[in-house]
Amino acid sequence: MDLTKTDEIIKQYEIAPQSLIAILQDVQDEWQYLPREVLEHIATRLQIPISQVFRVATFYSAFTLQPRGRHLISVCTGTACHVRGSGRLLERLQELLQIAPGETTPDKQFSLETVHCMGCCALAPAVRIDEKVFGEVAVGQLPDLLEKYE
Amino acid sequence: MAIKQQSTLDTLREQGRQRLYPDVPRITVGMATCGQAAGAAEVYQALQEATQGTSIAVVPVGCRGYCQREPLVDVRIPGWPRLIYAQVTPDQARELAEAASNRQLVLDGALGREDNDKPLWGEEQILATDSVPEQIDTIPLLRDIDFYKHQVRIATRNCGIIDPASLPEYVARGGYQALAKVLEQMTPEEVIEEITASGLRGRGGGGFPTGRKWRSCREAKGEPHYVICNADEGDPGAYMDRSILEGDPHAVLEGMIIGAYAIGSPQGYIYVRAEYPLAVSTLREAINQARTAGLLGNDILGSGFAFDIDIVRGGGAFVCGESTALMASVEGRAGEPRSKYVHTVESGLWDKPTNLNNVETWANVPAIIAQGPDWFSSIGTEKSKGTKVFSAVGNVQNTGLVEVPMGMTLHELVYDVCGGVLDGRELKAIQTGGPSGGCIPAELLDLPIDYEHLTEAGSMMGSGGMIVMDDRTCMVELARYFTEFLVEESCGKCGPCREGLYQMLHILTDITQGRGKPEYIEQLEELGELLSWASLCALGGTAANPVLSTLRYFREEYEAHIYDKKCPAGVCQELISYRIDPEACTGCHLCARNCPQQAIVGDPKEPHQILTEKCIKCGICREVCKFDAVVVE
Repeated sequence: MDLTKTDEIIKQYEIAPQSLIAILQDVQDEWQYLPREVLEHIATRLQIPISQVFRVATFYSAFTLQPRGRHLISVCTGTACHVRGSGRLLERLQELLQIAPGETTPDKQFSLETVHCMGCCALAPAVRIDEKVFGEVAVGQLPDLLEKYE
Repeated sequence: MAIKQQSTLDTLREQGRQRLYPDVPRITVGMATCGQAAGAAEVYQALQEATQGTSIAVVPVGCRGYCQREPLVDVRIPGWPRLIYAQVTPDQARELAEAASNRQLVLDGALGREDNDKPLWGEEQILATDSVPEQIDTIPLLRDIDFYKHQVRIATRNCGIIDPASLPEYVARGGYQALAKVLEQMTPEEVIEEITASGLRGRGGGGFPTGRKWRSCREAKGEPHYVICNADEGDPGAYMDRSILEGDPHAVLEGMIIGAYAIGSPQGYIYVRAEYPLAVSTLREAINQARTAGLLGNDILGSGFAFDIDIVRGGGAFVCGESTALMASVEGRAGEPRSKYVHTVESGLWDKPTNLNNVETWANVPAIIAQGPDWFSSIGTEKSKGTKVFSAVGNVQNTGLVEVPMGMTLHELVYDVCGGVLDGRELKAIQTGGPSGGCIPAELLDLPIDYEHLTEAGSMMGSGGMIVMDDRTCMVELARYFTEFLVEESCGKCGPCREGLYQMLHILTDITQGRGKPEYIEQLEELGELLSWASLCALGGTAANPVLSTLRYFREEYEAHIYDKKCPAGVCQELISYRIDPEACTGCHLCARNCPQQAIVGDPKEPHQILTEKCIKCGICREVCKFDAVVVE
C-alpha cells in the first residue's frame, strides 16, 4: 500500500501522542475507513504501540476498520428522532438495502449506520446521506431518496 | 494593562456596520445545519443566481432558533424594517430578490418584521428611517409573535443575525468590547468576582458555579493552566451548542479569552463533536480571523496578554462529555473517565490545572462583563440566574431553540412559547437532561425550570434538551431506548455501569417484548440504586435516571406490560395488534398502497381490513391514515 498520503497527513501534526486522533480522523476522511497498513505505519511514525492505536481506533464510533460503500447513510437515532419514528425508517432501510447497520451492500454502493443525534432535532426524524442532511423524512420517501444515489 | 490597539476594534466595528446595514438591500439565509436540512442551501443558491450582477448582498447566517419554519430568509431594504420570511422555497427566494431590487414589499410568507436591531448592549439601531409602505404594519413585529415574545436571548444574541464568518459583524454588535474592558480596566481577580457575583452556573449539566470553578483553577498549583470549551454536545435531543458555534463562534472565543485571562492560562482547547462538521469549519475560520486581528496570540490587543486556542475534534463517544474522559481524549487516548477525588481544576489535562466550561457557559461570559453582574443576576430565580437555551423538540408544535429566563414553568415553555403538543394530542411527559435526565409527567407542568426543581423531580437540567412526548409514547420503551443508548456508550471501565446497565437493558427488553415478570420492577430499582452510588463517573451515576423516573411516575405502564401483557401507548410490537375501525374507514386505500407487506385489503370506498397473519406491525398505516381509522390494541 502506498503510504505517501498518510505521510502527508502526519506531516501536518506534531509527532506526539495527542496527534493520534486527529491523524486517524484525516485518514478516515481520505479512505472512509482505517486500513490496517496505515494504522501500523502511524504507530511507527508516532512511536506509540500498535495496541494503543487499535485501542483508540476501536473505541470511538467515528472510526471503522471495514471499508465503506460509495454512499454512507446515517439514520439518526437521537431521542427526538426516536420519538418521531426513526426506528421505522431504519427498519425500512434495512429491508430496502438488505443490510444491517454497520454493513455495506455487496455492490459497495451503500453503507448503513446509526448515529446518536446530529443536532437536527427540530426536523426529526433526520437521515444523512454522505454530507447532506434530510429532515422530516417519511418512510414512504425512502425508495425515491435511495434512487437518487443509485 | 493598556490596550494599544483600540483602533483595531474601531475599524472592525465600522466595517461591520457597513456590512450589517449597507446602502443596498441585504438578504440573509439561515444556513446552520438545521436550515440546510430544510433546504437552505438551495435557497441560498437561488438567491445568489438571482442577484448576480446586482448590488444586493446575499449573506449566510446562523440559526434563529425557529427551526420548524426553516429555511428562514431576512430581507432588509435600506430605510425599511427588516422582514423575516419563513419556509422559503427557491422560487420564493427569487421573487424576494427581484422585489428587493425594486424596493417592493412582499407580504406573502412574511413571519415578522424587526424595526430596531438593538444589540444586547450598545447603541440602538433604528431600521425604519424612510417612509415605509403602509401594509408593512400588517406583518407582526417579530418580538411580538408567541415564539419570540417570552424569550430573552443572551447566549444566542447574535445567532441568525450576523454572518458567523464575519468578525466585523460580531464586533459591530458589541463583540470583543468586554474583552477590551477586561484587559484595560480589570484585574483577573475582579473578573472572577464579577462572574461569581453574576451567579452564572455551568450550562452543560451539573450547574456548578462558574466563578467558583475559575477561582479554584486560578489558585491551583502547577503550570501551565489550561482552559477547555466542552463542545462535545452528546445529549441526543440537544443542539444549542451546535447552533451557537455555527451562528456566533466569536462569542465563545471571546468568553474563553476572558476566562483565560482571569485564570492565567496561555492555551485553550475546544473539543467539538465529529458529528458537527459545519461547527468545526466555522470555528476554524473564526480562530484564524481572531489571530489575524490580534485577538488571539502573543500580545492580545497590544496588552501583553498571550493566549491561543486549538480545536480538537471528538471521535463520537458520548462519555467524552464527562470532563476527565474529554481530557483523556484531548491527550490522544481512549476517552475513559477517571475517579475525581482530585478535581480537574487542580489536575486535569496533562495533570495540569484545567478549567472546563461548555459552549453556552462561555457564550454568556462577554455579556456578563459588558452588562455587569447585577443585570445578569436580575434575570432568573434565586439560585438559577440568567437564561437557559432549550431545544424544544419531539411532539411539539413549534420545534426549535428557545432561550428563556430560568424559572419559567414547563407549561409556559410548551404551550406559550412552543404552541402546545403536535396535532392537538395530549401531553404525556417531558424528557429533560438527555440520557442522564428523567421524564417529568404532565401533572408536574407547573414546575419552574431551574437546576433545583428539575433535580427534585428526578430529572436534571443537563444541557437543555427538552423532548415533548404525547400519549403515543411508551414510557417503558423510552426507558429501554435510553438504557440501550447508554449500554452502547458506556466505556466499560467500571463494573457497575458496564454490567449493571446491560442487565437493566435485558430486563427492559423482556418487559417490552411481553416476557416481563413481577419481580422485575424491584430488580430495576435495585440495579438503579447500585449504579448511582457505585459507578465511577457521572455517566454511570445518572444512567438509571430514565428508568427510575419512569418507574416513579409511570409505574402503572410497567405493570400493564408485565401483568396484562399490554402496551397502553400502542408502541411495543409484541404486545399490540392493528385493526381498522370500519366506522371511521372511508376506503380511500391510502394505507393499502403504503403497506410494505400488502397486508391490507378492501374494495374502493368500502371499509378495509388488515390481514393479521401478514401484518408486521410497522405502523405505517396508522401514520398515513387521515381519518384515524387504524386502531392499535
